[in-house]
Amino acid sequence: MNLHGKSLLELRQLLTDKKISEKELNLYFLKRIKKYNPKLNAFITVLENNHSGIPYGAKDIFCTKGIRTTAAAKVLDNFIPPYESTVTRKLQEAGMAALGKTNMDAWAHGASTETSDYGVTKNPWDNGRYPGGSSGGSAAAISAYLVSAAIGTDTGGSIRHPSAWCGVIGLKPTYGRVSRYGVIAMGSSWDCPGPMTLTVEDNAYLLKQIAGQDKYDATSSGSAVPDYSNEIKKNKKFKIGIAESYFDGIDDQIKNQVYKAIKVLKKLGHSVKPIKLLPPKYSISVYTILQRAEVSSNLSRYDGVRYGNDRSFFGQEAKRRIMLGTYTLSYGYYDAYYKNAQKVRTIIIENFKSVFKDVDLIVGPNTPVTALKIGEFDKYPFYGELMDQLNEPASTAGIPDLSIPVGLDSHNLPIGFKIMGNYFDEANILNLAYQFEKETDFFGVIKKGIERYKD
Amino acid sequence: MNKLTKFKPVIGLEIHVELKTKSKMFCQCEADYFGKEPNTNTCPVCLGLPGALPVPNRKAVERTILIGKALDCKINKISKFDRKHYFYPDLPKGYQISQYDEPIAVKGKLSIFNNQYSNQSQNSNSEFDKNFRITRVHLEEDTGKLLHVGSDTLVDFNRSGVPLVEIVTEPDFDNSDDVKVFLEELQTIIRYLGVSDADMEKGTMRIEPNVSLIKLNLLQLKNVKRVPGNPKGSVKLPKYKVEVKNINSFRFVKDAIDYELERQIALLEKGITPKQETRGYDPDKKITFGQRSKEEAHDYRYFPEPDIPPMTFSEKFIAEIKVPELPQERLDRYINKFGLREQDAFVITRSLQTTNYFETIITDKVVQEFKAKKKISNLEDHVAKIIINKKLSTDLQVRAFIKKTLEMLQPKETDEKLLNALIDRLIEASSKAVEDYKKGKENAIMYLVGQVMREMKGKADAKIIISKLKAQISNPQLKSKN
Repeated sequence: MNLHGKSLLELRQLLTDKKISEKELNLYFLKRIKKYNPKLNAFITVLENNHSGIPYGAKDIFCTKGIRTTAAAKVLDNFIPPYESTVTRKLQEAGMAALGKTNMDAWAHGASTETSDYGVTKNPWDNGRYPGGSSGGSAAAISAYLVSAAIGTDTGGSIRHPSAWCGVIGLKPTYGRVSRYGVIAMGSSWDCPGPMTLTVEDNAYLLKQIAGQDKYDATSSGSAVPDYSNEIKKNKKFKIGIAESYFDGIDDQIKNQVYKAIKVLKKLGHSVKPIKLLPPKYSISVYTILQRAEVSSNLSRYDGVRYGNDRSFFGQEAKRRIMLGTYTLSYGYYDAYYKNAQKVRTIIIENFKSVFKDVDLIVGPNTPVTALKIGEFDKYPFYGELMDQLNEPASTAGIPDLSIPVGLDSHNLPIGFKIMGNYFDEANILNLAYQFEKETDFFGVIKKGIERYKD
Repeated sequence: MNKLTKFKPVIGLEIHVELKTKSKMFCQCEADYFGKEPNTNTCPVCLGLPGALPVPNRKAVERTILIGKALDCKINKISKFDRKHYFYPDLPKGYQISQYDEPIAVKGKLSIFNNQYSNQSQNSNSEFDKNFRITRVHLEEDTGKLLHVGSDTLVDFNRSGVPLVEIVTEPDFDNSDDVKVFLEELQTIIRYLGVSDADMEKGTMRIEPNVSLIKLNLLQLKNVKRVPGNPKGSVKLPKYKVEVKNINSFRFVKDAIDYELERQIALLEKGITPKQETRGYDPDKKITFGQRSKEEAHDYRYFPEPDIPPMTFSEKFIAEIKVPELPQERLDRYINKFGLREQDAFVITRSLQTTNYFETIITDKVVQEFKAKKKISNLEDHVAKIIINKKLSTDLQVRAFIKKTLEMLQPKETDEKLLNALIDRLIEASSKAVEDYKKGKENAIMYLVGQVMREMKGKADAKIIISKLKAQISNPQLKSKN
């Protein structure tokens, strides 16, 4: 049977109908991983002996019981968690099994996978380019069809950014929608696990599996989890907002594709109106200060006493963040940095809340540029913040934000389009994305990506 | 001490109390870690493993509110946890989850009776003599424990994450006696609340005194008798403070403070300001010794714990946490309602076990019926004395204790005829005592009572004997006729 390019739900159906076995399915993907991973470096750990369950890729930031979990950092080179993260446990309960642990920026610090202590992941569209990050391994693995779906985490764009650069669908859910238990902490008040997929239906399905309150995460929300798979199929017309400030300094080819996508939405009967959102630059400042502060705290447990490898194993980027975060939390600076940043964060939250009184959803470009060449990372101070400038506002506010492909640029590189929604309004975001998918099939981007990697 | 007229001690206390909850502060592990194999009472959360998250223990929060209420504190309606950063091998996350600027309870006080110093009833009215201000009561997690084995240091995380309440006082103490009495009272209160064993030896209660001295100028010398609890009476605080750690009894707290005061005065008299530091205490040598320079609070890089949302307490929630009768109230009740002497009431109320035993006995149905039937209005006082004088052990089963108590309190049956004859005989035989009594020596009659009691082998009521004796002595005409 030809499995190539089949969505997660299609594969699941084949298993249900007993057209294939779990073993066949796993061996199929293992074979593909064997063939393409040496080139792409999308996985840090591959579970070659795992032949049961529906395979998926888990970012190596999710603790998996008995399976090495590194967060792409050599400090945790030997860390085998004695417990399972809530997200991967829930997926197990849904009959899924991680076939591998995907590569990422070390500690999720970055938007390139360049900072991974296990080598950079290559963008499947152009192996000389970054896949984006930090969930770059997950995005690349799906784009090259080494798995049909993956789970990532998003702190300031880490799902959306690589999804845009690799041309797949990536959702950062509302903060608190999905449990963080067992996710190696980066920025605790920002981290959001979320699904990365080839279809909107797959995305809705996976979100349903992993969402919900968790007694092991005090910040997880008790708000009811809708049946997203049903929600996306409802015929809905939305009031969609567009913020001019999200188009400042964005590559023209990206702008053009985004405008083209907006035309499609209008054609589908949605109303589009301009809205005023605070310029993303404020979110970048808030994010940089607060996330570094949390990072410096979260990484202090790796003090050399446990986990085998001491602090000399920390990479450059982690050290930079620890120092900046430690500085902003220090006496005399706390008020100037952390406290002020918290105040601005509140203003950004209020800004989104008031805008969502007028519109249902907000759309715009996802990244300012398409995938950069490997090595260009060093050209940009605060590279990550620059690449994620359009993603950090939603992270700051904690609202959900989806990235979908809306075309290719002149280098044949995917262009991402974002749909932001109100708190816990993932259903409407996915509904709009599903309408767009039905109408355009993402201009064939996802299919083109997969077709480059034949069986 | 003459020296203390030039320098005034400024002493504050940090008290840690481990809460006796079922589970730890932020995970499901048992809070009771005593006697367990090292590192068997742990989980990803209290080991601080990557990805693990804290979920606060509601009972521990309620119990902290209870302590706050018992110490007359204001309970903050909004409270949050903060991260306090420092590196130590027994602290697995590199930070302790504690509370910084929004603790659960603030601004309380603990009042101490004068009588608690000497256990002697000087003034029997329940007037508070000293108030010591409580700055704050907050909730945090305990750390693991380091074990030094030969040249190795091992870490046991069984205690890691056990709920720990920190009680901080204002620097209102100026002598170690007050500190000791304060601590004894606080310990008793904590035990009454049933929230902790507050055992110094086991380490479920830990004291860290902050000791320093301020030099007084002539003007201040006049005002040196400030009223504790009155901030306006406070003198300016010294520029340094010395914290003493690792003290495991109240006695040692007192000794450590006294030693520190002597040590610091010696330095100050030489014009040297003592170093701001943390010192340990050696109970064998009765000295303190330098351990490390004390960090300022800002080195801890406190910031709000992002893993735990802020807590909001409604009026109703706070009101429903009820403070039980506290030792001082109970002492008052024993005095006012049962007529116990203050020192007896004090002894009974010191130990929760004793006072609860006492309560069980006196409220027992059989005892109450006995009291009513035999019209023994001061029965509670009798029971108190039986307990205090150890006539019966409180280790006895309640039923056995009651049975024996009632036997002891059974009014004596008196053989009237025998008694009358005996009294007549004694009055004749003891003419000296009779004469003394007639001259006004009231005590003389007690000699006769003793004689009668001995002859009657105790089987007579002393009150009856006295009245009969008095009647016979003052009524000589009847004597011969009888």
